[in-house]
Amino acid sequence: MTALLSLRDVVVEFPALRGLKALLAPPEKRRVRALDGISLDVLAGETLAVVGESGSGKTTLARAINGLVPLAGGQVSFDGMALDESPDWHAVRRRVAMMFQDPVGSLSPRKTVRDLVLEPFAIHGIRLQNRRDKAVELLADAGLGPDFLHRYPHQLSGGQARRVGVARALALTPALVLADEPTAGLDVSVQGEILNLMNRIKAEHGLTTLIITHNLNILRHIADRIAVMYLGRIVEIGPVERLLSDPAHPYTRALMAANPEPDPTARRERIVLKGETPALNARPPGCEFHPRCPVARPDCASRAPVLEPATTGGRVACHYPLTKETLSA
Amino acid sequence: MSEALKVEDLSVHYDTREGALQALRDVSITVPEGGIVGVVGESGCGKSTLINALLQLLPENATIPAGRITLQGEDVTRAGTRRLRQMRGQEISVVFQDPMTSLNPVLSIGRQMRDIQYRQQGSRAAKDSRSAAMLGRVGIPDPVGKLAAYPHELSGGMRQRVAIAMAALMRPRVLIADEPTTALDATLEVQIIELLKELQQEIGCAILFISHHLGVIAELCDRVVVMYAGVAVEEGPVADVFLRPGHPYTIKLIECDPGKLKEKVTDLPSIPGSLPDLTDPPAGCIFRPRCDRATEICATPPPRKGLNGAHWAACHHAKVDKA
Ligand SMILES: Nc1ncnc2c1ncn2[C@@H]1O[C@H](COP(=O)(O)OP(=O)(O)O)[C@@H](O)[C@H]1O
Ligand SMILES: Nc1ncnc2c1ncn2[C@@H]1O[C@H](COP(=O)(O)OP(=O)(O)O)[C@@H](O)[C@H]1O
Ligand code: SF4
Ligand code: SF4
Ligand SMILES: [Mg+2]
Ligand SMILES: [Mg+2]
Repeated sequence: MTALLSLRDVVVEFPALRGLKALLAPPEKRRVRALDGISLDVLAGETLAVVGESGSGKTTLARAINGLVPLAGGQVSFDGMALDESPDWHAVRRRVAMMFQDPVGSLSPRKTVRDLVLEPFAIHGIRLQNRRDKAVELLADAGLGPDFLHRYPHQLSGGQARRVGVARALALTPALVLADEPTAGLDVSVQGEILNLMNRIKAEHGLTTLIITHNLNILRHIADRIAVMYLGRIVEIGPVERLLSDPAHPYTRALMAANPEPDPTARRERIVLKGETPALNARPPGCEFHPRCPVARPDCASRAPVLEPATTGGRVACHYPLTKETLSA
Repeated sequence: MSEALKVEDLSVHYDTREGALQALRDVSITVPEGGIVGVVGESGCGKSTLINALLQLLPENATIPAGRITLQGEDVTRAGTRRLRQMRGQEISVVFQDPMTSLNPVLSIGRQMRDIQYRQQGSRAAKDSRSAAMLGRVGIPDPVGKLAAYPHELSGGMRQRVAIAMAALMRPRVLIADEPTTALDATLEVQIIELLKELQQEIGCAILFISHHLGVIAELCDRVVVMYAGVAVEEGPVADVFLRPGHPYTIKLIECDPGKLKEKVTDLPSIPGSLPDLTDPPAGCIFRPRCDRATEICATPPPRKGLNGAHWAACHHAKVDKA
């Protein structure tokens, strides 16, 4: 399969300090790297899930792809077209749709559902023959009846607001959908509905999707591959089954094991990590995970690992990747 | 075992434009001394209402038409303002989802921890050293140095640890935890659960742990109460309720957890329909409009059917366990 989207060494920086403090600080302290050398391909038709804890750079990644934050380095290309030399973002965004993290908050409170789902056409100056029919069709595709046309966002449940977000994202029949935390804030009893909807639409429209999530339980059911982020870097990427059953990076393993299950008899052999994720302006030297890594060795503090093919498939950034044997030990 | 906290047939109504909204109906929960009881339910089931009722911090439009809440035998609903303040400071502590609910942004951590010890004996230095010891106990690095820090200087996980340290410092008889891990990442969530378990052992307090997360409840609690739309629909030992649920809502809720499905599926389960209008709840069983087992009799109030020992479900069609 060919890559619909490719990222190579993508870097995104944010100002770390403001005002006088920023002027007085040495240049390297003035900015933090929220994304630090991200390279990945999203293949046509696949679903790649990006996982990682808050602050690891997942949302920034989606925004960098869509040109909503500038790149401080690297390249993004979409469908063979480089997006770095001031591309026509208007044209790109017709084909790359974004579903935002906060379903209700990302919908303008004064617009009706009808206007919200038709908004993408207005933004792109597309005239519609029959606006009402189009709105009804889009809502129906997202599982909402015509009785929703005249509702306002505050009259929607969390699940319904998500569906409106799905309808909007699909309005312009995009090739790629970037979905930021599509299940965040939803009760488990409605999560399934939204994921089924996304799976169905993906199959029907042949969509390629990049799903950002910290909901590990859903990965097996929605993703083909998983990329794990830590401090703005990818530490492991590979097929979903392999990452769930035998993660090679110690962080991936800790993350997957840190997932309380409702089965009281489930075996709990987890690594409880020490400490917390360091701040972006205090990146540890060497392997950035070493202060928390349960299997770190002395040289991990001085040598930074790079993403390399893992023996079990995919790629991993670790000097001492876990194997099936170390996993069961 | 005697009871640390007992809620008996509690109902709470909110006065709204559409009429009385029945946020809790006849809820009973018993937390034994030293026990950990979980309350699990999805949004709108009345979790926050329950906590606010326990602390007597309900909003103005709330009324308690029926029920009793007793803390170590004392009726909380009849306690005066002064006694309530004393209880909230010493006998009952709360850890909220957002730690800033219990932290003051303009005071240093050390000052706040000293302030809550105002009834304790000892010099300022003694109190500070007690505070620092507790900060160290909950896993905060450089605890003495952190006394001078302000809440905004700490990460979300560290703030939640401080909030837990402050709650534990009072050595309460009852600790109420209101979704304390919901805002945290998975790896921090398990750290906090482990910490709560250890502190509960050390202090010997009872914990009422409220969450929408089935996994967290299963891991931490001895008993669990399942709530739906203001009603306690099932209760029992954690293992019984999660392995042999008796109420159709509990059964569905457990099925919906995608973590349970170890094989890939393209059609994930969900519970069709939506919460009933609590200003005009259905007659009989509250779950009837969404229940695929409902029959005519379900239009009458379902009894609490004992399933096995201390495990019951409020459902006409619940079956006794044979396990
Ligand atoms: N507009 C911004 N200005 C400054 N810092 C930002 C901005 N957006 C994100 N960051 C920082 O970049 C890091 C990554 O954030 P984000 O991409 O939102 O992470 P995630 O979505 O994984 O939680 C965080 O440390 C965050 O504080
Ligand atoms: N102050 C209030 N006035 C009117 N209705 C309220 C108020 N607070 C909560 N409710 C309603 O009471 C029910 C229970 O709410 P809540 O206790 O917040 O549930 P949970 O915390 O489980 O999500 C919901 O239907 C909610 O809309
Ligand atoms: S490189 Fe070393 S510290 Fe980093 S994850 Fe691997 S073992 Fe742990
Ligand atoms: S009483 Fe009837 S409607 Fe209610 S949960 Fe049981 S079977 Fe379903
Ligand atoms: Mg994000
Ligand atoms: Mg609540």
